[in-house]
Amino acid sequence: MLFLIIKRILLGFITLFIVSVITFVGTEVLPGDACTTYLERQAFGEQLEACYRRLGLNVPAYERYVSWALNAIQGDFGYSLSGEMPIKEVLGPRIKNSLVLASAAIFIGIPIALILGIITALWRDKLPDVAISTVTIFAMTIPEFISATLLILIIAIWLEWLPGIVIVPTDVSFLELLPNIILPVVAIAMIMTAHMARMVRSSVIQVMASEYVQMAILKGVPYWKMVFKHVLPNALLPAINVVALTIAWLLGGVVVTEVVFNYPGLGRLVIESISNRDLPTVQALAIILASIYVSINLLADLLTLMLNPRLKTLQIRK
Amino acid sequence: MKLDNIYKEEKKSAFAKLSEIIFTMASRPSGLIGLSILVFHIILAFVSPYIAPHDFKAIDPTLMLQAPSAEYWFGTDDLGRDVFTRTILGGRTALTITFFGSLIALLWGGLLGIFCGLVGGKIDDVVMRIVDAFLSIPWILAMLLIVSLLGTSTEVLIPALGFFYGKGIVRVARAATHDVIAKDFIVSARARGHSNFSIIWNEIIPNVRDAILVEGAMRWSWMLLGFSSLSFLGFGVSPPTPDWGLMISNARGLMSFAYWAVIAPIVGLSSLIIGINLTADAFAKALGIDRSTKAPV
Repeated sequence: MLFLIIKRILLGFITLFIVSVITFVGTEVLPGDACTTYLERQAFGEQLEACYRRLGLNVPAYERYVSWALNAIQGDFGYSLSGEMPIKEVLGPRIKNSLVLASAAIFIGIPIALILGIITALWRDKLPDVAISTVTIFAMTIPEFISATLLILIIAIWLEWLPGIVIVPTDVSFLELLPNIILPVVAIAMIMTAHMARMVRSSVIQVMASEYVQMAILKGVPYWKMVFKHVLPNALLPAINVVALTIAWLLGGVVVTEVVFNYPGLGRLVIESISNRDLPTVQALAIILASIYVSINLLADLLTLMLNPRLKTLQIRK
Repeated sequence: MKLDNIYKEEKKSAFAKLSEIIFTMASRPSGLIGLSILVFHIILAFVSPYIAPHDFKAIDPTLMLQAPSAEYWFGTDDLGRDVFTRTILGGRTALTITFFGSLIALLWGGLLGIFCGLVGGKIDDVVMRIVDAFLSIPWILAMLLIVSLLGTSTEVLIPALGFFYGKGIVRVARAATHDVIAKDFIVSARARGHSNFSIIWNEIIPNVRDAILVEGAMRWSWMLLGFSSLSFLGFGVSPPTPDWGLMISNARGLMSFAYWAVIAPIVGLSSLIIGINLTADAFAKALGIDRSTKAPV
């Protein structure tokens, strides 16, 4: 058990190491370096030299990688090119804002997804299932920027219930942020809920078809007691991993949603730093987003391991 | 003569198999809807340049933000261009780029996956670690970086999309190969002394093909989503090319006055993505592969 946990954590670190190499090599191999892409036409003479010195680009690549990685582990990602300030300070409030957005979406999304998934599974192919499944297919296939745009058009412009675009400074307090984040949270939660509800549904259906559930029915166990005591615990276990992957996958979607709502989070920083050709910030973002992805997956794995006694003695692959 | 007959019979049976699959897909209402939407969009992509009523890039300041009328069915946008014309043309670039992108993704993802499943051991471990690492970089960050450094031409977009959406196929192909590799017919093929190439081509590919094709069909709809997100963010096709993502992002700022300019491309893009999704789902069901438990990675 302990060995498995340590192995999983080690594998996570190896993945992160490879990610850091990929992003470093990626920005290295692609034409132009941080300074020439940032300075563009002014990339010559003194300015270029100064920029190289500031970023330490005048030493060999592997040395730069080592020093960059060592600093990054301590949370120091160097200086951003466009803001002329430590990336750490740029990232702080952005991470907080994105965290607020994501956790609100998750707290709203998971219970709704569970309820919808269970309803659709128990009433499989009946009216509730067909109705809810149709809606979830729409919600999960339509691109984030379309559902977000439609939300703004209907709720903010036609009905005028909520502000459509977030116009707040980056370091605003939580209470001031609240009315602004309702629409972005709904936009993100909608897609996430749809994905998770589909997975809960198929998982519950699989367990309902298993032999021990048939046995329980034959034994005359009351229907709801059977559902809550025998079906759900077993059905939700495999769903944990899938939910984690869905959340991690949404990192990409959050970028688009934040841009649509002009929300000052990590996602908009991605777009801003790429538009400004701010490669140090892009590198930092890649590492941070990848760490979030890896740790969510790790958490899900450990949770499954702890909740499932069968896996404790088994060697699991992957 | 005799050989010729056999050949013809085989060809007919392949065709029969395909039509059988399509018939099974169309026998469910969701599959029928998906197939008809997809076929409609593909036909539209081919004929739209000939039936478009106006010039898609004709700018006319006197016609700015006109409401839908008999002349301009879906109204005009902020530059006075016909929204109907631009909407029916808007799927062509997206469909072409994502179709070829999916082909590339299928090809390299499928082959690498089969190779990993077949070889196993250390090489497999290392390759899968690297694939995992690539999976944990958000696709949007990687795509944006490539596009902003190398440009947004088709020659950059197709391989970039193909590469980033193929890494998920590696996993599926590898898992499918793992399932097949231990079966008796592979062991007996080895015992008969078949070469590795012959085993891959005659024994493994026919058995993992379905799983890979279904995955590829699903990737197609995600790639379309990714591509239009890029266009929406301004990193996809460049104006004045009519493209749904670009049209939505342009018309968004003025949608309180001119909602038609944003609704038309939204309907176009959503219906195509839903069409591909339903078709891929029906395809999976017709082949007997359940992909409802898979995560969207």
